[in-house]
Amino acid sequence: MRVSVQSEPFDLGAEVASFTAGAAGAGAVVSFTGIVRPDGGLTGMEIEHYPGMTGKAIQAILAQAVDRWKLVDGLVIHRHGRLAPGETIMMVATAAPHRGDAFAAAEFLMDYLKSRAPFWKKESRDGGESWVAAKDSDEDALKRW
Amino acid sequence: MIDVLYFAWVRERIGLPRERVETGAATVAGLVKELCAREERYAAAFADISALRVALDQELADFDAPLAGVREVAFFPPMTGG
Repeated sequence: MRVSVQSEPFDLGAEVASFTAGAAGAGAVVSFTGIVRPDGGLTGMEIEHYPGMTGKAIQAILAQAVDRWKLVDGLVIHRHGRLAPGETIMMVATAAPHRGDAFAAAEFLMDYLKSRAPFWKKESRDGGESWVAAKDSDEDALKRW
Repeated sequence: MIDVLYFAWVRERIGLPRERVETGAATVAGLVKELCAREERYAAAFADISALRVALDQELADFDAPLAGVREVAFFPPMTGG
């Protein structure tokens, strides 16, 4: 299990390759990547986080996923700081004996990271800056688990 | 003394990221009340606590949670990770 909270970009291909190589016994690896959506005249995004809490909160979410879906391994990388449209924000990878568990665990991780990991996004547009508001649907998404 | 941290628009409205606070409050809600009584910028940040979340020693908690033994309180809007 690895969690990395970092400002630097990461190499998606290299991360998935090394995660897969290390997941001995897995029959399925699923990865998800979040990207800064270049819509509505977005010029950039600033991601703030709570350094004392972020790593611990993600570790706890990942440990829950590993335990519930009997994952061989799990990985979460989440960036903070200034990001440009099209840049990768974060990724998760899950390894399991079968694909159903790997897909379910990845979706669970995404739902929980969205509303339980202490990150806040601020968008910049030509007209100014604004904080991204959490959606009710994000909170509702947790209920299915 | 307790460390109080603010993030995102809560930090912007209050105008600082963290401070040490001397408090006699028994609960988070009591602390919020004390802060709001200080200055308008606190009252503005805490105007609608249903729009806020709180963490005690880096764990999510409720506004009626006790403060006894807590070293760090953080206030922030609902998280937008992922």
